[in-house]
Amino acid sequence: MAFFSSTATVPQNLTFVSSNKLSFSPSSTTSFNFVSFPSFQSKFCKTITSSPQITRAHAPPTPSTETTTASSFHGLCYVVGDNIDTDQIIPAEHLTLVPSKPDEYQKLGSFALIGLPDSYTVRFVESGETKTKYSIIIGGANFGCGSSREHAPVALGASGAAAVVAESYARIFFRNSVATGEVYPLESETRLCEECRTGDVVTVELAENRLINHTSGKEYQLKPIGDAGPVIEAGGIFAYARKTGMIPTR
Amino acid sequence: MASSLVPSPSTSFFHTTKRCHKHASRKIYCSVAAPQQTQRTPSTTGSVKTAMTMTEKIMARASEKQQVRPGDNIWTNVDILMTHDVCGPGSIGIFKKEFGEDAKVWDREKVVIIPDHYIFTSDERANRNVDILRDFCNEQDIKYFYDIKDLSNFKANPDYKGVCHIALAQEGHCRPGEVLLGTDSHTCTAGAFGQFATGIGNTDAGFVLGAGKLLLKVPPTLRFVMDGEMPDYLLAKDLILQIIGEITVAGATYKSMEFVGSTVESLNMEERMTLCNMVVEAGGKNGVIPPDSVTYKYLEGKTSVPYESVYSDQQARFLSGYRFDVTKLEPLVAKPHSPDNRALARECKDVKINRVYIGSCTGGKTEDFMAAAKVFLASGGKKVKVPTFLVPATQKVWMDVYSLPVPGSGGKTCSQIFEEAGCDTPASPSCGACLGGPKDTYARMNEPQVCVSTTNRNFPGRMGHREGEIYLASPYTAAASALTGYVTDPREFLQ
Repeated sequence: MAFFSSTATVPQNLTFVSSNKLSFSPSSTTSFNFVSFPSFQSKFCKTITSSPQITRAHAPPTPSTETTTASSFHGLCYVVGDNIDTDQIIPAEHLTLVPSKPDEYQKLGSFALIGLPDSYTVRFVESGETKTKYSIIIGGANFGCGSSREHAPVALGASGAAAVVAESYARIFFRNSVATGEVYPLESETRLCEECRTGDVVTVELAENRLINHTSGKEYQLKPIGDAGPVIEAGGIFAYARKTGMIPTR
Repeated sequence: MASSLVPSPSTSFFHTTKRCHKHASRKIYCSVAAPQQTQRTPSTTGSVKTAMTMTEKIMARASEKQQVRPGDNIWTNVDILMTHDVCGPGSIGIFKKEFGEDAKVWDREKVVIIPDHYIFTSDERANRNVDILRDFCNEQDIKYFYDIKDLSNFKANPDYKGVCHIALAQEGHCRPGEVLLGTDSHTCTAGAFGQFATGIGNTDAGFVLGAGKLLLKVPPTLRFVMDGEMPDYLLAKDLILQIIGEITVAGATYKSMEFVGSTVESLNMEERMTLCNMVVEAGGKNGVIPPDSVTYKYLEGKTSVPYESVYSDQQARFLSGYRFDVTKLEPLVAKPHSPDNRALARECKDVKINRVYIGSCTGGKTEDFMAAAKVFLASGGKKVKVPTFLVPATQKVWMDVYSLPVPGSGGKTCSQIFEEAGCDTPASPSCGACLGGPKDTYARMNEPQVCVSTTNRNFPGRMGHREGEIYLASPYTAAASALTGYVTDPREFLQ
């Protein structure tokens, strides 16, 4: 399961914690490869390698059983409006890609949010790229409505996004995000989609349920994760089920 | 344990047409004279119990609990798991990864695999995905796999059905009181049979494949009471568009939608399916309609699996209730680009359209085609002014379109009426262009056009082109619009 399968146990102190500095080095701005840009954006598991290898739901399981909880996400944000449905997140013509196949998983990432109308002048994934430079998506109400396609959170995760902070979610998308671990689905107290602009640098502090917009200097309260918490903390539905004895351990 | 009204064992498994308050699977043997007690409904016996809604009761039974409340997270046993060609391969991948390459599904008779989304296409990955399903079904000896191999002629595939939600109903996999999960948002369609049916993703489905159960949160219920005789220019699609327009696309998020009232009781099964089908467009988790004689008649001969209906308790608590007098409603459309962008069809009469699409689980069933044919017939031989695409949901629907006589036509079939009206020839049954699909999908919108469609969603790009404009409508409204080339209220022809 994505959440906590890790290539290496990473000590907590490598998680980005400072809220007062932008910790990217000048050299990393040349390419918007998501790894070289503030590398702390990789989600629940921290990878300290510089290769684009991301440990995610569909990578081969590792023998390591120790897991690390990410305590924050940091990076550029991409702002969308209300009712962003799954057809906009990943248009149906790309659903022939099977998320559990590693190469097709990567391809899904390159199509993330490609269905957004042309009124979105900045693309989430640049033309010709396979990864996004935005680690956090800020959405309005009812994010992820429409189809049950798990390809939606998968595409976002595969593109390199770490978290979504939306005013509210559609049920199946939220569930799929929690189940796959592809993006951490957070809810805001206010309409952040009206407060933030695409390209703002933000940090999400999970333990404090807080989002900091470094570009505007403002901070916002987020809602606690709620019922999904135990499932996310366990490491997804399979890990949770094993932990609670509902299915046998492997 | 208090005695309560208990049917004799020979009838306890079968449907009852009465409002049934018996507790699910309890048998009480009275071999000695027990103290006389007043007959009380189970919900008031024993420890203090709260009355439950239909959805709560189904979930309680499926999780082997006496009582559940909205907000409870419970491990729910699954009666049927459905998947198709788009989400099946991914679900299978997760199943194998998590349970092992040699793992077996929890019950080979409870997994129903229905290729239906991207079938009649030359897209290699799409075709490969059906192969993946076949390999899995062979390996697991899955009992219900509605396979297709010959893409050039759907009729040459005896097992192939078409759109999963309609196939599930037609093949008798939908039963009152059960829990049906599917890797498709419109799995909620099956709620028309009085069961808990909802859509899930690949990971959850992979879990169910191995475990036969899933962690689900009990939703509170919104109650929609619809009364009045259904006007002859309205269909269930108008009712659900009315409701979605009322509560918005997030109005039912995480909630169950229960449809009751004299109007609902007057609807046939396919119309009830249309009603429940678009529950997800309001954000709903599931929809339910109480089973009755209409349900049982439809189920006759379709299933030999015993089932047991449940009904909301008299005192059940609903989150809120809505009441509609259907005689006051008018034909509606949902304008681009949202299913809750409700408008009266007659107020859109100046909207010029380029095409009409009649198909999908929402509007491609036998009754939907019958309705469209009725409008063409009533027009007195007029011809459509725009390309009119017809995509029957399943093989059976296709056959009905070609064989059933349309009332009042002097024995003509839908297909004949469609041909006389100048519609396109009914296409091979599948989901078709409802969701766009691979570029070569029949009737896919590849240019920015205006379409009146009997489908379920009209978000940007839904049927293909990002700037396409889709007006969701009933089959009556779609047919009327085809005849004029503008969005048209069907009363132009039906009255």
